[in-house]
Amino acid sequence: MTRQALSAEQIAETLQKTGPKSIKDVKIKTWTEGQKKTPVASIWLRTTGESLIATIRAVIDIDYPHLSVISGVDTGDVVELLYHMQVFHGMPGAEVNITISVPVPKKNLVIPTISHLIPGAVYTEREKQEMLGVTVAGIPDPRGLFLPADFPKGVFPWRKDETGIPEGMVKSLYASGRPEDRPLPFVKPKEKMVKKSEVCAVDAVAPSEPDTADASQPEVTTHDE
Amino acid sequence: MTNKPVYNIPIGPIHPALKEPILFTFDIQGEVINAVDFAPGKVHRGVEWMGMRRNPVQIVHLCDRICGICGVSHTLAFARAVEQIAEIEVPERAHYVRSIIAEFERIQSHLLWAGVAAHELGFDTLFHLAWRVREEAMDVIEYLTGNRINYGIVQVGGVRRDFTEDQFPRIRKALETYEGLVNKLVTLFLEDTTIKLRCMNTGVLTEKDALELCTVGPTARASGLKMDVRADAPYAAYGDIDVKAILPDVYADCIKGDVYDRIVVRLFEVVDSVRIIRDLMDQMPAGPVLWETRYAKILSTCKKAEGEAIGRVEAPRGECFHYVRMNGSEAPQQWKVKASTYSNQMSWLKILQGEQIADIPIIVASIDPCMSCTDRVTVIRDGSPDVMTKDTLHRLSVEKTRRLQA
Repeated sequence: MTRQALSAEQIAETLQKTGPKSIKDVKIKTWTEGQKKTPVASIWLRTTGESLIATIRAVIDIDYPHLSVISGVDTGDVVELLYHMQVFHGMPGAEVNITISVPVPKKNLVIPTISHLIPGAVYTEREKQEMLGVTVAGIPDPRGLFLPADFPKGVFPWRKDETGIPEGMVKSLYASGRPEDRPLPFVKPKEKMVKKSEVCAVDAVAPSEPDTADASQPEVTTHDE
Repeated sequence: MTNKPVYNIPIGPIHPALKEPILFTFDIQGEVINAVDFAPGKVHRGVEWMGMRRNPVQIVHLCDRICGICGVSHTLAFARAVEQIAEIEVPERAHYVRSIIAEFERIQSHLLWAGVAAHELGFDTLFHLAWRVREEAMDVIEYLTGNRINYGIVQVGGVRRDFTEDQFPRIRKALETYEGLVNKLVTLFLEDTTIKLRCMNTGVLTEKDALELCTVGPTARASGLKMDVRADAPYAAYGDIDVKAILPDVYADCIKGDVYDRIVVRLFEVVDSVRIIRDLMDQMPAGPVLWETRYAKILSTCKKAEGEAIGRVEAPRGECFHYVRMNGSEAPQQWKVKASTYSNQMSWLKILQGEQIADIPIIVASIDPCMSCTDRVTVIRDGSPDVMTKDTLHRLSVEKTRRLQA
């Protein structure tokens, strides 16, 4: 399959034509760096949770994207999920970044999975579930990812409302003390210290055992003298 | 064969040698790995959470400490995102300083990985050689920035230190050292019979899987995906010079996507980095290196900025991605860091399947230059745990090498 690179404007136009009707606020940003001012384009667009799958399908029809990551922002009443991906990667200078922004209302924090279209998305979807409290419907692996197993339920680190990290978890940590339900670290039992003088004393009492190195030591020194 | 019971082997989570401890669970039938699972997050420090309570100038220094090897990639990606939001124009010379440091970082990171890979195979002479020649890049980085790691050189709007003309001879000396070493390293790593026996057709990742599992960097390129942020979406000074994604076909005839191909890609990227640094030094323009030297002004500009942007950088291990949203307050409203290993970890599930226990160290290490291997393995047999140390795993790997040599 030969890939034919499209410009950012063409991609935006195609997406609006072939993608779902809910695609709106399409913006194209260009940024340049270096002496030659090489332009790099990125497309930013909005869609809805219902038409997310259709939007991703429309992107795949243009070119199979490389999904960088899904990021999320708590903006008050909604959690905004941003799907960052690149199309036409591997074509020098032709790569275009596409960011699909999906607002999910906090009343119904559910978003369909895209892992059947892009299998690698599971990893980042798992992270969104635990960091933002979003339920990814149909996710093949719903386990947590980064947070420890004993992390309190119902606390989502990236949220900026009452479900975010409470003060008590980060302030005055000294007051929380050591968790009591964890096993104590292994401590090697202390070996019985035997004083050297005692060893000598034992030898003096029982000279019939000349095998030990300690016993022969004083003898050697006496000969030298 | 099918009558053999399936054993469950957890590996980890504590690995002092890794920047990221991780817990692996293997289902083993005989010597063969049936299924793999892993649980990251053993060193989750909440860096993003911390960043959302700090201003961009503070975050720059926090970024330096996300990773010990990619000291400049994270900072550069973050600075680029903030610059795009605040529309700060970085001086041209600063782009060159950034790129030169980033390339030296790639050289030292790839050589570090090459040494680790050799050690995993039981080829410790080569491990010592690779780490010794890596010091040259570390010395140059220290000479230019003042630090071996945590360089603290990138600032929002440019770089904090400039290179002077009298520093160039030292850089050139390092480049000559590496140019003289190329043939030796290629012979030692790629023409060695044992390395070929252990690495060819081991841990294969097909091009389709590499694309679908969203892999990045040398892992993706070794499978034939021509993907390199430096070439595809040029940033800093990479747009001014010729950068091409290195695929295994620069050395081998065909692309297999095995461990051997990953060695090929990384070694030839070191060669290419030397060439890139030379080109950058030749074209380096004169001028300032920081858009604004007064930090108060940088801060007040960032504070006024509103909007969102993405900063992408090709770190030694692949794409490093930062998303920043600013809403006119001191700290960013949202900051998402995506390191390259984040994208590559999913590929373990595929490349470890069907391989042998003795191959675990080299395959696990093959996707990530920092990852040496496992520190401790607990083997549960018939419900009674039996501790298999890293030494045992390493011994298994070395024994396999010896078997193949015989």
